[in-house]
Amino acid sequence: MISVQNVHKSFGDLEVLKGVSLDVQKGEVVSVIGGSGSGKSTLLYCINAIETINSGKILVDDVDVHAKSTNKDKLRQKLGMVFQQWNSFPHMTVLENAALAPRIVKKMSKEEAMEIAKKELEHVGLGDKLDVYPTKMSGGQQQRLAIARALAMKPDYMLLDEVTSALDPELVGEVLDTLRLLAEEGMTMICVTHEMGFARDVSDRVAYFHQGVIAEIGEARQVITDPQNPLTQKFLSKVR
Amino acid sequence: MDYEFHWNVVFQNMPQLLNGAFVTLHVSVLAMLLGIVIAILLAIAKMNNTKFFSQVATVWVEIARNTPALFQIYMAYFGLGAFGIHLSPYVAVLSALVFINAGYLTETFRGGFQSIPSTQYSASKSLGMTSIQSYRYIILPQMLRRIYHPMTNQFVWSILMSSLGILVGMSELSGTTQRLQSLSFRTLEFFIVAAVMYFIITKLVLFASSLLARRLFKGEI
Repeated sequence: MISVQNVHKSFGDLEVLKGVSLDVQKGEVVSVIGGSGSGKSTLLYCINAIETINSGKILVDDVDVHAKSTNKDKLRQKLGMVFQQWNSFPHMTVLENAALAPRIVKKMSKEEAMEIAKKELEHVGLGDKLDVYPTKMSGGQQQRLAIARALAMKPDYMLLDEVTSALDPELVGEVLDTLRLLAEEGMTMICVTHEMGFARDVSDRVAYFHQGVIAEIGEARQVITDPQNPLTQKFLSKVR
Repeated sequence: MDYEFHWNVVFQNMPQLLNGAFVTLHVSVLAMLLGIVIAILLAIAKMNNTKFFSQVATVWVEIARNTPALFQIYMAYFGLGAFGIHLSPYVAVLSALVFINAGYLTETFRGGFQSIPSTQYSASKSLGMTSIQSYRYIILPQMLRRIYHPMTNQFVWSILMSSLGILVGMSELSGTTQRLQSLSFRTLEFFIVAAVMYFIITKLVLFASSLLARRLFKGEI
């Protein structure tokens, strides 16, 4: 379980998270929606300890993420992350991209790492691209590679930061389909997204972020189709 | 044309010319290696937040890149000599070349490093890699690809610049050529052969470097 407890986070004078609390159970898919600058991506970075927090607490399986004694590199093995800009490693083939971390972080043998990587790449539909360099692929394919690369570490949770925002419209579908597949398989996910349809259909709950706080959270269909908070209503009427 | 070429004397002295060529290669390789080591330190210093370090690096880079190589060799040989520090021609030329290489390569390294998006680092960290692993497997290999050709160019440049050793009596290829032609008066022949030798050396270096690149970068350069 991921438990975010009253987290505050500032960049200089700018307070981005103003007391955010959120519990995500194993097997649950939570979508986070909200305007840009509302702090939703920052929350993911804080959960993954890429960013520090100013106060509050984040627990992942009861381990305090930001405690000094926590081995953050080890913790991140549990937390797969996919970014808006897919960040494939351009100097490696698709297969090497996905096999690197299992090999050097989990110390698997080369064969074992390749085997797992291959399986995950087939999983996301890139089984025929193993020896291709990522720069030769479309954004959608690179984003699916990023997903497979994270999955190859066998994470317990996936953190997805606006993974379709930088894609050409016609490539969004293939990435969302991949995420839908993961959700069906029971992967625990926190998805920061602008895809309202996806949030409504795939996630269990939706949280609406507004100016650094969760203004509304509830069952996905209810929040998207029948929001209670006027702020959520205003936001949704704009994006639709 | 009433100039008559006499090549024999050149070929008789070939062992000496080859020896000079070896010294040329020797001093350039050493200048390159030392230059790289210092440039890495200067690049780190330049990106450092401590003002003192970044200023020292900036001054080094600015002087190295904006004054003639000839002056720097003179400074090392005659300049230091005036203060009682007498360097041999070899060491004087070596230090000048190291000084210049380090200056140019600092900017190459810094640019190469800054051209790698920081998101590559976040991505590797998010996979559980330690900082050292991130640099070792993700940042440095990409950086090396980008700076490889500028580094090769710098190497060729320093081979050619080492010919300035002639001016302080160094026995590299140019110095040796100068001495031999003054003994035989076959100026044109000796310098033509020396030019051909420089050409061959730099072409060999470029060839070796592209072979190495193909091995290192698996054809992706």
